[in-house]
Amino acid sequence: MPLWLEAVICVLLVLGSLFALVGAIGLYRLPDFFTRLHGPTKATTLGVGGVVLGSMLFFSSQGEGGSLHEILVMLFLFITAPVSAHMLAKAALQERLPVIPKTRGKPWD
Amino acid sequence: MIRRWLPHPALSVALAGLWLLLNNTLAPGHVLLGAFLGWGIPLLVGPFVMPVPRVRRPLLLVRFLLRVILDIVVANLHVARLVLGPKGRLSPAFVEVPVRIDDEFVLTALTSIISLTPGTVSASLSEDRRTLLVHALDAPDAEALVAEIRTRYETPLLEIFECSNT
Repeated sequence: MPLWLEAVICVLLVLGSLFALVGAIGLYRLPDFFTRLHGPTKATTLGVGGVVLGSMLFFSSQGEGGSLHEILVMLFLFITAPVSAHMLAKAALQERLPVIPKTRGKPWD
Repeated sequence: MIRRWLPHPALSVALAGLWLLLNNTLAPGHVLLGAFLGWGIPLLVGPFVMPVPRVRRPLLLVRFLLRVILDIVVANLHVARLVLGPKGRLSPAFVEVPVRIDDEFVLTALTSIISLTPGTVSASLSEDRRTLLVHALDAPDAEALVAEIRTRYETPLLEIFECSNT
């Protein structure tokens, strides 16, 4: 594998994991349930995207033909992540979970 | 006749492609098996398949998808900055977004796109399917957010798919 390709794969992996880390930090740091919901739903997009791209490049360069089934990881995440986020938010609305006072437009007022 | 034995041609092709992707191969045996699955599964699950409206403008669809991907990348960076920045600066809000889309499939696409583009999560849909409740991580201006969702995502979706616009 040429050096430049290795470098590209490394950058993609590091970037992907950084975004996953930011998602986790968001889950920990943000003040209430609804804002926390944003952390994990987002980390999946760029974080997993970076790792998946890196994996595709790596396995495609192993000389056994292209590796494309990583696309499915992306596809299924894009289909399922919004649905689970929506269900979680719906359940939280039902339970009337507390929000930080600064939130505008509270739906149950 | 063909409708009876091949109720969802597009779904069949997608399933066969999915099978080949899963196995990461183009070997003839798997092509055959994929074709068989693509033919058989729609026959079995036919009644549960949500009707997908016809794509009226394929080119616009491709451009729209590229723009959504670009938006996801850009907005991810924005959210990363919000998450790591000082907590006091956030101004979260629930925003009611009126929707004009009737079709279930297109509506699902719109809500998914809203949830995938960072900074907004679609939280609830009103009973009459006319208002979407969106939670935004940082929305100092609710009006602007509504306008953005309408012009950036909803209008192109309505143009792309053949569905009633009310």
